[in-house]
Amino acid sequence: MAELKSRRAALECMLWAGTGVVWTVAGGIPRGRLIGTAEAATRDFSFVQISDSHIGFSHDPNMDVPGTLKSGIDLLKAMPKRPSLMLHTGDVSHLSKPSEFDTAAQIIGTAGFETHYVPGEHDVLIDETAPFIERFQKGVKQGNAGGAYYSFDNSGVHFIGLNNVSNLKAGGLGQLGDAQLAWLQDDVSGRSASQPIVVFAHIPLWTVYAPWGWGTDDSARALALLSRFGSVTVLNGHIHQVLQKVEGKVAFHTARSTAFPQPAPGTAPSAGPMKVDPGQLRSVLGVASITVVPTDAHLAIIDTPLA
Amino acid sequence: MRTHLTRRGVVAATAAGLGLALITVRAKAAANASVTIDNFTFSPQTLTVAAGTKVTFTNQDDIPHTITSDASPPLFKSPPLDTDDTFAFTFATPGTYAYFCSLHPHMQGSVIVQ
Repeated sequence: MAELKSRRAALECMLWAGTGVVWTVAGGIPRGRLIGTAEAATRDFSFVQISDSHIGFSHDPNMDVPGTLKSGIDLLKAMPKRPSLMLHTGDVSHLSKPSEFDTAAQIIGTAGFETHYVPGEHDVLIDETAPFIERFQKGVKQGNAGGAYYSFDNSGVHFIGLNNVSNLKAGGLGQLGDAQLAWLQDDVSGRSASQPIVVFAHIPLWTVYAPWGWGTDDSARALALLSRFGSVTVLNGHIHQVLQKVEGKVAFHTARSTAFPQPAPGTAPSAGPMKVDPGQLRSVLGVASITVVPTDAHLAIIDTPLA
Repeated sequence: MRTHLTRRGVVAATAAGLGLALITVRAKAAANASVTIDNFTFSPQTLTVAAGTKVTFTNQDDIPHTITSDASPPLFKSPPLDTDDTFAFTFATPGTYAYFCSLHPHMQGSVIVQ
């Protein structure tokens, strides 16, 4: 048994080392390096991002979504340096069912990380945000009652969790809305421009592909409020694939899902789950870890597939 | 166009010969209609029906969708429809009823009730 365990650990390390890529953003240019050459794991403060667990989904290409979420969590638990906290960028569940929330909370809870959630559109299908807040934002000081958005500080970084999935309008993209934007303005006013900002929300805060709804209508207003800060990192989910973009001082990043991949923008008739061979599935699912580099305030993001 | 008219003429003549059977079929057609969802698209995107028609929406995607009225407040809103789930609404009054999927708001359709 001990041998099995250590072999498994060794395999996981190999997977991690063999497939991880570190993204460092320096001088506005993202640079990819294999994890073996990265310094990320030795830095002081790191956190991880998981996204789009979609507990409740059970179709081709993934009939065991709890299993792949567990693999992602196991990967994070096995990291050489324990992350300070975890962000979940939404679509925890597939149909907002209490049983789906239960399963997700149970699996994610096994990591023992301090975890901060924002909702995806699949999490607010029944009774709006109330059940999600009750389950995943309990004790959180809400930006506005029932809004499912908030902020907190950790190790000098200001984290802002936004909700861009409520009350979506016909023909529109994701939206933050006036009340949330007013709160955001208040939230960041008076903060030093040198404080690193990490924004996390479900739908991308830049327009990835409007015909599939992959963007947020009023994201420019949010980014304008953050424009004076020297380091802004925006972490999103929703599109089930890694995409990166740097615009001025803002680095945008979307994470893989732990449930199923989606096609690259515009490459398929619709954004439905991408069918892949069972042997390939884990190579297109994954998790991300982010390291705050204290010397220059740039963040390094490592995306790691499950296999 | 000419061919189309001719075909319609043949259909009408055949139907006239069927008598009562035709009336039954027509009554049924007026009372029920359907819209399907495939590849994040409502089909037909615009459906024209007679007042009193019950329209059934079926989700054939492997991702959930909703049928949400565009009116404020919404005239109808389905629960999330998982694969093969259906939602029915009877359109009693003439008018144009726009709807969308509240999960994927770029998905839009309308029902014209005459």
